[in-house]
Amino acid sequence: MTKMGLEIHCQLTNIESKLFCPCKANYREFEINENICPICMGLPGSLPRLNQEAVKKATMIAMALNCSTPEKIAFFRKNYFYPDLPKNFQLTQLNIYGDTSIGSSGSIMVGDKKIRITRIQLEEDPGRLIYEGSSSKNQITLVDYNRAGTPLVEIVTEPDFENPKQVREFLNILSDLLENLGVSDPSLEGAMRADANVSIEGGNKVEIKNINSFHDLEKAVHFEITRQESLHSRDIPIVQETRHWDDKRKITISSRSKEEELDYRYFLEGDIPWVKIDQSTHEELKSKMPESISSKKERYVTKYGIPSQVADVLSSDKFYSDLFEESHTESNAKEIANIITTDLMGLVDTREKRESAKITSSHLKDLADSIQSGKISRNSAKNALHEIVKTGKELSQIISELDLGNVSDESELIKVIQEVISEESQAVEQAKSNPQTINFLVGKVMQKTKGKADPKLTLDLLKKEVGI
Amino acid sequence: MNLKISALEYVQEVQNGNISAEDFTAKTLERISQIDDKLHAFLQVNSDAVDQARQIDKKIKSGEKVGACYGMPISIKDNICIKNSKTTCASKMLENFISPYDATVISKLKQEDAVFVGKANLDEFAMGLTTEFSAYGPSKNPWNQDYVPGGSSGGSAVSVASHECIASLGSDTGGSVRNPASFCGAVGYKPTYGLISRYGLISYANSIEQIGPITKTVKDTAFLLNLVTGLDTNDDTTTDNSGQDYLSGIDAGIEGKKIGIIQEMIVEGTDPAVLSATKNAISKFEGLGATCEDVSLDMVKYSVAAYYTITATEAGSNLARYDNLLYGYDFPVEGYEFNSYISKARTKFGPEVIRRMILGGFVPSAGHAGKYYLKALKVKQKLTEEINKVLQGYDYLIAPTVPILPFKIGEKIDDPIALFLVDINTVTSNLTGKPAISVPFAVSNGLPIGMQILANSMEDKSLLQAAHALEGTVKLPEVPI
Repeated sequence: MTKMGLEIHCQLTNIESKLFCPCKANYREFEINENICPICMGLPGSLPRLNQEAVKKATMIAMALNCSTPEKIAFFRKNYFYPDLPKNFQLTQLNIYGDTSIGSSGSIMVGDKKIRITRIQLEEDPGRLIYEGSSSKNQITLVDYNRAGTPLVEIVTEPDFENPKQVREFLNILSDLLENLGVSDPSLEGAMRADANVSIEGGNKVEIKNINSFHDLEKAVHFEITRQESLHSRDIPIVQETRHWDDKRKITISSRSKEEELDYRYFLEGDIPWVKIDQSTHEELKSKMPESISSKKERYVTKYGIPSQVADVLSSDKFYSDLFEESHTESNAKEIANIITTDLMGLVDTREKRESAKITSSHLKDLADSIQSGKISRNSAKNALHEIVKTGKELSQIISELDLGNVSDESELIKVIQEVISEESQAVEQAKSNPQTINFLVGKVMQKTKGKADPKLTLDLLKKEVGI
Repeated sequence: MNLKISALEYVQEVQNGNISAEDFTAKTLERISQIDDKLHAFLQVNSDAVDQARQIDKKIKSGEKVGACYGMPISIKDNICIKNSKTTCASKMLENFISPYDATVISKLKQEDAVFVGKANLDEFAMGLTTEFSAYGPSKNPWNQDYVPGGSSGGSAVSVASHECIASLGSDTGGSVRNPASFCGAVGYKPTYGLISRYGLISYANSIEQIGPITKTVKDTAFLLNLVTGLDTNDDTTTDNSGQDYLSGIDAGIEGKKIGIIQEMIVEGTDPAVLSATKNAISKFEGLGATCEDVSLDMVKYSVAAYYTITATEAGSNLARYDNLLYGYDFPVEGYEFNSYISKARTKFGPEVIRRMILGGFVPSAGHAGKYYLKALKVKQKLTEEINKVLQGYDYLIAPTVPILPFKIGEKIDDPIALFLVDINTVTSNLTGKPAISVPFAVSNGLPIGMQILANSMEDKSLLQAAHALEGTVKLPEVPI
């Protein structure tokens, strides 16, 4: 049987400062090597100062993944030499001397499959290497330390995955969960990375590193299973090794480095006293935990009668569910869910578009209320939404500027109706004998008013004028 | 001008207008230039010191608020960072490292208008007991320049004992403040772990070391502790001691106190002169109204082994950052692969550092940790439990600071095992986090002997009272330089 496990690295992006110094956790907006200080550069004499907020956020992740959390956590040094590591050791956590890591023994459901979480640990992200030069001979490695020290949460799973599809589903669920918790923005480049280990029946475990996107992760494990099965079918033994994902060629390559033989000489970091996470901290975090995605979904379905599929889409995306939560009332909830899932999602389908979108919850509320009160047709509402996203103008202003408002003035509408009746005498006769065909006439009125006629009012008036 | 005055006397004299900071600093620098060729206490002398002292005089004259040091000349061990100045750790590896920031103790002392006259010599990266492992040559004992001054804060102790400054800050990982203080006839203090911020102290074995003052009197140590201790946001291991005044009540005496004499620290091979000084100290304590009894700390016999295992492990990791990529010495990177460059660059470390880093690569490694590093941690824990138990029944514990007298330069440098045993009486306070002080107590054959007093954690104030009481019972000859 195929077995796969994952190690996911998730940056805490929604946090002010790095894990051990006051530099910004949001390093992305800085020029190279500008977001640094003596501490994250590991200068002689500097000491780590633990960001307690990061401990809380990591604990929230552990709680959301149903992990047990220890009363006291500790940090360890992982000693190895690498140019992106300013101190030539990484501050991280482990459980070999008792459970001192931020969380352990959790689980998460992927459909009906339970994926067990071995451990969650809080650690510092290293710097970023930039390679320049074309051939290996004149290649130089540059280091940008802006990222060094960013809080990173590592989530280690048991080898519970049986196929690449489960891997993908798990990652989707996990990234939605982390976003919903408000601890990380998985769509930021490099905010989430993963390593995988893969073994097939009768073969050794192979680790795959260097996978930079979740999209590629699925491809990488798929490739690796195929590779191993092909070896196996030809009776070639599968060696236990670390392989690197080649991003360009989309294959895994044996890494000749002796990485797996490294001895990290782990030992307790004396500069960071043990951190107590007591009952009151737990209570505080529990009260701060946002509603889970599954409970949101259930509420949307049972309380507002939103169709299950719509509720699923809406609840799993924090951006949209936040908009929904802020804008809906009991009466307009369905309408708002509809606007978001059928129209808005198509308009802001990328991260950039979302960020530049000017829409607020009050816009959505106005829009839904206007549809429900007949002030604007669904069709016009679509156009108005487009304009709102682009400009952020008030709905009322957009309606008047683009002349999108429904024609609900009776006398005006009657004029149009009378025109239609005189032009469509045959259809009028038909409607008299078969009242259902009156919809054809409604359509004609709509055509003449460019879709702005209040549909209900139009129908009422038409019936009266036709005499049915 | 009398350069032999204590810190408190200096403050008094400046306040009374009898001396100016500028004159005193100028005279101090003059003395350094006269005698430091012989002593080599300093790696660098601060050429701006007189100007800085003059600025402080101006403040005094204008009636502005002046910090508690009044321009007092202080030396700083060269493993403590002073902004925009070289901090070499007496290593060729850091010969060009200019710190871009101040250690917390330095910013505190700047606030209090201290003048830093220079950076004091040490064993490379504070690893050693004699300063013979300084990459820039050893310091000499001011009592007899053929002899070692102790270490690793040897330069600090020499500078204070020979009146090249009023006081100094050293660091103590296994006795590195107390040992040279004992060998040079100065007061050396290792505070409770966490009392003084280590931010800006270049780590050797961070879980057990502390910055500590070396001064001419116990009162001066209390005076400095008042200025440099306390909670620091840049060091998570610091302890809140707000409201503590180490100087007030220092005359309280030790009447009725119980003192334990640590048997395991009066070992075979203790110099007869040290032995008789210890007996003498016991009777002085009793004369002051304390009762003295023998106590046993069984784990002490494993303490040096545990100490070297733990310090090597931490040093191996702490010194790993010196890969010469971001700072260090001139050595072009072109043509090297990363690992080979590091290996090559690290050959600039001296022999003792290399010895401890190799040990540090071995004792915590997979397959060996259980036999060495983890066992050492167990000794540390058991020793702590033992001393805590003993301290329930005693206010202080005493032992000679070093079992032997200062020895000749070169005499033991090739015998690391013999040097390791010099640590036997000092490492316990580091391994257990307890405060300990070395008080100059006797001179034998023209060489000083220090007496060590230990107390329980956060009992620093009480410890200083005992040390002050003992200090009052002795009058030592003046240093012959």
